[in-house]
Amino acid sequence: MYVAVKGGERAIANAHRLLAEERRGDRSVAELSLAQIDQQLGLAVDRVMIEGSLYDRELAALAIKQARGDLIEAIFLARAYRTTLHRFGASRPIDTDGMAIRRRVSATFKDIPGGQILGATFDYTHRLLDFGLAGADADGAKAPSNPAEPGAAAGAESGGDLAALGGRLPRVIEILDRDGLIEPEEPDSDRRAVGDLTREPVEFPAARDVRLQSLARADEGFTLALGYATQRGYGRNHPFAGEIRVGEVEVEIVPEELGFPISIGEITVTECQMVNQFKGSATAPPQFTRGYGLVFGHAERKAMTMALVDRALRCRELGETPASPAQDEEFVLYHGDNVEASGFVQHLKLPHHVDFQSELVLIRTLRSEAEARAR
Amino acid sequence: MSHYNFAFLDEQTKRMIRRAILKAVAIPGYQVPFGSREMPLSYGWGTGGVQVTASVIGPDDVLKVIDQGADDTTNAVSIRRFFERTTRVRTTTRTDTATLIQTRHRIPETPLAEGQIVVFQVPIPEPLRWLEPRETETRKMHALEEYGVMHVRLYEDITRHGHVETAYDYPVLVNGRYIMRPSPIPKFDNPKLDRSPALLLFGAGREKRIYAVPPFTAVRSLDFEDHPFAIERWDQTCALCGAADVFMDEIVVDDKGGRMFVCSDTDFCERRRGR
Repeated sequence: MYVAVKGGERAIANAHRLLAEERRGDRSVAELSLAQIDQQLGLAVDRVMIEGSLYDRELAALAIKQARGDLIEAIFLARAYRTTLHRFGASRPIDTDGMAIRRRVSATFKDIPGGQILGATFDYTHRLLDFGLAGADADGAKAPSNPAEPGAAAGAESGGDLAALGGRLPRVIEILDRDGLIEPEEPDSDRRAVGDLTREPVEFPAARDVRLQSLARADEGFTLALGYATQRGYGRNHPFAGEIRVGEVEVEIVPEELGFPISIGEITVTECQMVNQFKGSATAPPQFTRGYGLVFGHAERKAMTMALVDRALRCRELGETPASPAQDEEFVLYHGDNVEASGFVQHLKLPHHVDFQSELVLIRTLRSEAEARAR
Repeated sequence: MSHYNFAFLDEQTKRMIRRAILKAVAIPGYQVPFGSREMPLSYGWGTGGVQVTASVIGPDDVLKVIDQGADDTTNAVSIRRFFERTTRVRTTTRTDTATLIQTRHRIPETPLAEGQIVVFQVPIPEPLRWLEPRETETRKMHALEEYGVMHVRLYEDITRHGHVETAYDYPVLVNGRYIMRPSPIPKFDNPKLDRSPALLLFGAGREKRIYAVPPFTAVRSLDFEDHPFAIERWDQTCALCGAADVFMDEIVVDDKGGRMFVCSDTDFCERRRGR
């Protein structure tokens, strides 16, 4: 006899209890603290902050813990919390020239004012599993005797006396700018409201601020694949890594009642300036063009792919004919959000038996008609 | 839940959504972009419908939530529970006592009444989407009433198969102007849209669109004079209540091809059996 799908409420409650149980895992293993996640899984925390659009290490760590390490689920948790927060204003543009640098590399010049600063990077590690880390007491033996200040660790190798630069590290790309070899970048008016796709639906063509916001929030795997595709010829734009820098910058707001900027804190960001070839057009002489990436935390891969895709999406403005997915604004902006994508893909798990029944009725009709015709 | 506002959304957001709803009501069938918020439930689970419901619900409302016609499917239970927690409004399974009905994939069999609001959860709001993937293009097509491709598609189906090959989310023309997706309801439910005494609101969260059919508005399922629109029919009556002319769920009862057919609308079926 047919049993109706009753007791949904109890099933859901039980499922949630089981989920909590599985999240905790074996209780003989110590529970993770948020500080441990923040400190030892810091790059996961960065990713959740970037794609969750919420700069809060503790909340990101909590989301990772609650999501059992499923970072897209953690990003979803961060976003659903963020959406309830009051917006009290926009900060001033951050000044990345004034960044307290941890790491800074340029692929376009051998040496640069302020120097190349290697910083903490996987780049030259040999990817050999370090079995020394597997033991319980792994770090006791490995801790550096004098934990270095970030940035000072690998040091400025050459070229660099920051004092001579007034404590500021000009972006490498400005060297090209001075000679007019790269397209100039005009700052927006301070009075123009900053776009926010979490408050207003995206319209096309999207303004660059909204496009960059969308790319910064976009799934890292999605932007990585698109950026990679441009390198392989699907929307090629001949990129050079002009500069990648990682470090701390101050965030300032100008409260209306004060009328002057005050610092509200410091955030870590990764910035990437791509230098791309451009043949010139009827109206513009040959000149390098720019692609830009900026994300919270230390996330060079994301910042670089963001810059590649940003440049690809500028094709129309630069008179190039869009022919590849990475150059297609609607394609990129509508499909890069992993919370949206994950939801819509997974909603296929929900019951669809009404639609399916409609299809069954139709296909049975079509088949019986086809059989009648065959007879 | 005291940390959250009534019905979860803050009042500013509700205002923004109500404005979009008012515009949607003023232009029946037109998709109004709105600043869809990230909800604490997954995209695809009814975030659009939940935002619309949260924006129109008041403390005196009586809420009914169904999924696939049933009040007791897991997602219907989950959404009803969400509003119970965030609004403490009364809920019901009875179509005729509900003032507000949120639904996924069905319109109840019990006729709707004046004063009721039905909120549909919409996955893809754009009726032309499978014919043209670009939003920039489809918006233009709607603006210019350029609907030829849709008629050609339906015509091609008929020449190839003898029928329009769309069984659910069957396109409709609203108020003689906009082609609209009725959300994935079976075409069986399409006639209930026409001149419905209830206000019909459609919310697509991920796609950030709201649209509406105001009460007593003409809604025509697209067809041709020589191939009129027709709905699904079953040879069987409901095995539980004996109803005919209702939408049926097909239940697989054994592994030998056994089937039974029962009402998809659980409230309708239960009340017939109770009589």
